[in-house]
Amino acid sequence: MCECCGQDKDIYLPQLATVNKARMMNGTELYLNLSMDAEPLDYKPGQFVEVSIPGFGEAPISISSSPTQKGYFELVVRKIGNVTSMIHKLKIGDKIGIRGPFGNGCYPIEEAKGKNLVFICGGIGLVPQRSFINYVLDNRSDYGNITVLLGTKCHTQRFFHSELRQWSQRSDIRLLETVDEKDDCWQGNVGVVTTLIPKIESELGSAFTFICGPPVMYKFVIMALAEENVSRDRIFVNLERKMKCGVGKCGHCQINNFYVCVDGPVFRCSELAVAPEAI
Amino acid sequence: MSVKKLSKESLLNWVDEIISTKKKVYGVQKHKDKTDRFEFAPLDSTADLRLDYDVTVLPPKKYFQPPTETLVAFDLKGGYKAACDTEKFIVIGIHPYDMIAINQMDELFQKDNYDSHYMTRRNNATIIACDVATASKDIFASSMKTATVKKGYDILLTDIGNGYVAEAATKKGQLLLDKAKTEKASDADIKARQAVWENNEKNLNKHPLNCQPSEVSELLEKAYNHPVWEEKAKTCFSCGSCNQVCPTCYCFNVHDDMNWDLKSGDRKRTWDGCLLDGFTKVAPDHEFRAKKSDRFRHRLYRKGKYVPSKIGGQIACVGCGRCIGACLPDIANPVKVYNRLLEDTSAVKK
Repeated sequence: MCECCGQDKDIYLPQLATVNKARMMNGTELYLNLSMDAEPLDYKPGQFVEVSIPGFGEAPISISSSPTQKGYFELVVRKIGNVTSMIHKLKIGDKIGIRGPFGNGCYPIEEAKGKNLVFICGGIGLVPQRSFINYVLDNRSDYGNITVLLGTKCHTQRFFHSELRQWSQRSDIRLLETVDEKDDCWQGNVGVVTTLIPKIESELGSAFTFICGPPVMYKFVIMALAEENVSRDRIFVNLERKMKCGVGKCGHCQINNFYVCVDGPVFRCSELAVAPEAI
Repeated sequence: MSVKKLSKESLLNWVDEIISTKKKVYGVQKHKDKTDRFEFAPLDSTADLRLDYDVTVLPPKKYFQPPTETLVAFDLKGGYKAACDTEKFIVIGIHPYDMIAINQMDELFQKDNYDSHYMTRRNNATIIACDVATASKDIFASSMKTATVKKGYDILLTDIGNGYVAEAATKKGQLLLDKAKTEKASDADIKARQAVWENNEKNLNKHPLNCQPSEVSELLEKAYNHPVWEEKAKTCFSCGSCNQVCPTCYCFNVHDDMNWDLKSGDRKRTWDGCLLDGFTKVAPDHEFRAKKSDRFRHRLYRKGKYVPSKIGGQIACVGCGRCIGACLPDIANPVKVYNRLLEDTSAVKK
């Protein structure tokens, strides 16, 4: 409790976490395994945290691990701006500030039970989706068929190699991959991620579909799903925007009437009909 | 709570006494640099107080959400400490439209996630509001139903010509008003105040809106792709002046400021503006609202539709007219845009 104003909680005050593991996954993506020093992070698939680097600021980062994994949480951070470049300098044992978890719009854990699930990921769009994919794998009997479509620019930008290998070896999850740019080291599919949609074997119309990737990707994936007669109330998109506060005050992440930080980041596509800025 | 009458002289004596207490006192006075205009500033002398002002350059929101404030103090080793501004203060001369803007901010900063920085300051404030005595050149508070106010202040003063009617609305206000030399307000005084209210509710209206403010949200429902956004935004400088002077704009940026020791610093929030280029820009250089017209539209949708949906339908434009005066290309007037949309949609109906 604050000594001067008597408030229980300051929504802007980071809590300390310790870096358990830190390793580069490819040229740009850093994997972090963290534990909160005080209260463990109580989160749902789809939520994010604000990672704080004193002197540089904060960056909103999706939680990549499933809450079924206890005692730690995982982040994957692309080196792209000031704060993320500093996050890339973290080493095992370092302390880091965390606020959150944030986001009331999470993956529909309950509603999706019994349904076939399709995850369509573009590049690091896999990171937040992985939280729900692993949650489903840890509660496998509650859900129907799982298909993961993953599109990456080129094979050198792929990450979570061993986990992807495990998924492709399991019989209860189907992983389809493609890369945009062909090279000699890649034997698989070539083309954008929408080219994988006709290869989905399970019934698409009744499935729940989850999309996460670069901003340009959503429109094309939704169009491709429309051709397969997937209704928009079964499509969920995981959106990103500039964020500062994470708590619905600062206004940066606003998409028409929604705040990505409190109303999202996972939105049901049909609800975004009133938000033309979304996609 | 009581309704009292103060002579003009006893008001001045009372303010003298308020200033002589150790509390911080802010009041409306002539602007230090722009001497033909007014500002809220620390009140050192009762003689400076101008309750007959028309409008201030900046709204009093600066005392509740300062242009820059520290949220968290940090050191590079990873220590974080919440900052807390607990100083008590008094603001004298807040007009009804600005009071209503503060009431809206109170709701928004408490909603969902309680913002203790804003609310601590708000709870430490004593507000002496006053009814408008001089209409500013761009005011349209009558149109927005913000020409009078019923809550939020601790004391409300109304100039009735031969003195002020003062009504305490809170215990805090009552205690402060008890220090003034007052008499009981007569029926004639109350009637005179009522006349001021009725006059203001009608005549603070330099830019009449041709519909009820509660109808704006529905009006905007069908106007998203209207040509007015492109037309107006053509001359927009993206300077964000309309945001900076607006009593209901509260968007902010957060940045870290290092101290000279290079070991510690402050995480600060500063006013931001949705009209500014870069407001939605993320690394590496992707801007979600890159077009001027999209940003121009966003501001008016926020005032007329988005924020109202969070605060029970109240329009988040209080009709102070500051944006009209601050906008160099003269495109910011919300009434002009809303009236234009009204004309066009009624033309469609015909």
